[in-house]
Amino acid sequence: MNQHVTPRLNRRSFVIGTAALGGGLALGLDIPFGGPQVVRAADGSPEVNAWVVIRPDDTVVIRIARSEMGQGSLTGLAQLVAEELACDWSKVTTEYPTPGQNVARKRVWGDFSTGGSRGIRSSQDYVRKGGAAARMMLIQAAADEWKVPVAECTAANSVITHKASGKTTTYGKVAEAAAKLSPPADVKLKDPKDWTLIGKGVKRLDTADKVTGAMIYGADIKLPNMLNAAIKDCPVTGGKLKSFDEAKIAGMKGVKKVIAVDGTAVAVVADTWWHAKTALDALPIVWDEGPNAKVSSESIGKWLAEGLDSGPAFVGNENGDAKAALASAVKKIEAVYNYPYQNHATMEPMNATALYTPDRCEVWCGTQNGEAAFAAVLEASGLPADKCEVHKLILGGGFGRRGQTDYVRQAVQVAKAMPGTPIKLLWSREEDMTHGRYHPITQCKLTGGFDADNNLTALHMRISGQSILFSLRPDALVNGKDPATFQGLAPSGEATIGYSVPNLLIEHSMRNPHINPGFWRGVNVNQNAIYLECFMDELANAVGQDPLEFRRKLMAKNPKHLAVLNAVAEKIGWGTPAPEGVYRGLAQLHGYGSYVAGAAEISVIDGTKIKVHRIVASTDPGYVVNPAQVERQIAGSFVYGLSALFYGGCTVKDGRIVETNFDSYNSMRIAEMPKVESIMIPSGGFWGGVGEPTIGVAAPAVLNAFFAATGKRIRSVPLRDQNITFA
Amino acid sequence: MANLTINGKSYTLDVEPDTPLLWAIRENAGLTGTKYGCGIAQCGACTVHLDGTAVRSCGVTVSEAVGKQITTIEGLGSDNGLHKVQQAWLENDVPQCGYCQSGMIMAVAALLKDNPKPSDQDINDAITNICRCGTFAQVREAIHAAANA
Repeated sequence: MNQHVTPRLNRRSFVIGTAALGGGLALGLDIPFGGPQVVRAADGSPEVNAWVVIRPDDTVVIRIARSEMGQGSLTGLAQLVAEELACDWSKVTTEYPTPGQNVARKRVWGDFSTGGSRGIRSSQDYVRKGGAAARMMLIQAAADEWKVPVAECTAANSVITHKASGKTTTYGKVAEAAAKLSPPADVKLKDPKDWTLIGKGVKRLDTADKVTGAMIYGADIKLPNMLNAAIKDCPVTGGKLKSFDEAKIAGMKGVKKVIAVDGTAVAVVADTWWHAKTALDALPIVWDEGPNAKVSSESIGKWLAEGLDSGPAFVGNENGDAKAALASAVKKIEAVYNYPYQNHATMEPMNATALYTPDRCEVWCGTQNGEAAFAAVLEASGLPADKCEVHKLILGGGFGRRGQTDYVRQAVQVAKAMPGTPIKLLWSREEDMTHGRYHPITQCKLTGGFDADNNLTALHMRISGQSILFSLRPDALVNGKDPATFQGLAPSGEATIGYSVPNLLIEHSMRNPHINPGFWRGVNVNQNAIYLECFMDELANAVGQDPLEFRRKLMAKNPKHLAVLNAVAEKIGWGTPAPEGVYRGLAQLHGYGSYVAGAAEISVIDGTKIKVHRIVASTDPGYVVNPAQVERQIAGSFVYGLSALFYGGCTVKDGRIVETNFDSYNSMRIAEMPKVESIMIPSGGFWGGVGEPTIGVAAPAVLNAFFAATGKRIRSVPLRDQNITFA
Repeated sequence: MANLTINGKSYTLDVEPDTPLLWAIRENAGLTGTKYGCGIAQCGACTVHLDGTAVRSCGVTVSEAVGKQITTIEGLGSDNGLHKVQQAWLENDVPQCGYCQSGMIMAVAALLKDNPKPSDQDINDAITNICRCGTFAQVREAIHAAANA
């Protein structure tokens, strides 16, 4: 009953589509640092270079290519530029360049995609260089004006000083001249020890409008003569739109048009969205639910379970001979875990506003990937790049969902049916819950073997289940294998296993049900950390050892993993008595380039109600740009991770997702929020992400504490389905 | 047609009486600070004040709001500036994505009107808005800061 889906080709068509425009993606990054031809911002102020515009009043406009969805990288990226620019932070403002401008300027701003906790770490080098180059040009312009050697001039706080003569000027006064200079060939970055703004917990730059209601999200856009659209896609993925009875809603107030989209969906366009939705709900629609209409969570679970023991599997990490070592082990421990589908449930449902004419197509939307959204506009409109544009707006949550462009394509298709009229397409919460790009579903069988001295000699992990890359980025598969499946378990790279086991085998039996998978905050560390870290506790318990000591013995070759684990153990008071009725659990992982660990203190009432009192979390991301925002990302990741553990989980019945709103897909509230204490131990020399890694340690730390409290091992998520809830 | 009083201003809106107040505010009055999150009064993103009481405007009809003072996030402050809850939000750098924060602020402003110095337990009982970014620690700090302002 489970359909093996065909990979989609979105990514491939994106590469081809953009390559055809002038080779942007294929040619890589072309970083221009100004030049004789002055480029001007919309208000006429000169660009010193692509990253920095300075207005005559000394306002510094820093261009931010990555998207802001709450994670704070808009502010962090501005800090990186401003650190090297040596400008007055109080005069900094930001703006998004558009994807269309990026294409037209040979990807001067590089990659727009904002996911994988990469916003800062994968652009930190070139944005700092952008700031440094602009500073050098501004100083040069002042030195030229004063006819003094540039080496005698310095800059700080947007003021340039020539000490010998006592002359000073400001960035705003020399920006015009600086913009005419050739960019410096050799740009040297500050030594991290000399940073004054990077590492400071300055306030976010985007808060003021968020407390007054003035911030415009995609759902808030208003354009002249705009109409509104509501949409329903076939509730069973893989199904089609068979028919709809338009006559039944003819004459309903405000309704302008009913449009079939893609052969799978139907949209109603009306004067207001409420009218559109009301009419859509009244519209009789017949679906051809297709071949997946009988798939259920049970059938998927059964199919995945078969993969735990049989069929081919990709090997993700191997040393020694785990199977032989297990066969000869004195003691063997085995357990099966599982992790369900999860919806991103961004607070702002998916939406995009499109204006199409035969000559031009423009879209306004929140997106985590402006360039992918742009490619989707080209594809759906059929227009060339110089006739398309995407205007990015602040996102009402992303978490990976808005890296996809399905809602953008739909909006353009609806707008194409009504040329000249801007149309805002907004998904209802129910549509958003039914057509997610879900956290993939997997199961995992773990087997550990000990010798006569209770040393762990072998570990075998066999994951069975869904691959994200197979569906979303088939070009990134390696001979059919999805390397991302082994996130946190890999032998090398940015997400490695922290334990040395003499005989190790980690493999993946890929099974892809029809439910669309996606990148969901934390991605594969969410389940892999539960599998590995809870099983580590099981192994420790099997040989009567302390979970921390048991881990430490296996971590000698991984000092960075060990350092963050030791940090949480010390702060939570591991090895010292906990308060009466309070129990502790630990977990650690390496993901997104950062080393993280978590320790939880919980109490359990009647075996079914969990009070999470306290979580201590440590992170070594190499460098911390804004500690206040990192702290918020850590605390926020626990809200997302614990919501998933307690309340998440999307059930499949009759081929469709059962949970359609927050009444059945609940999310943590303030009453359930534990105290989070974060420890940042940036050890330097590398750049790791901070938005996602800590999410992975929340659930296993709590589950391990639950075992300590009750002696009961939970191997299945969500707790909702086991009648366990927050106290 | 319905006559609504929003933020002290009278609006005559071309809207059916059974329309959820949320959509009359957003689409007919054009005040988009009040957000749509779920449409079933679960998440609180659409929280406004009706005669000073916090309500989830997706679950109130226009006819139920006629004759009452409706306050939205746009009308929470005064001519002198931000409401003390907004000010505390700004000073504590509370919002992440910010989408839920209009509703969160409106719920907190109503709480503080009735209970000027809420305990943590009072906050737990009264503030049930969903925030997927997970700003709860800062929300709690800012509530106490506003209460002490």
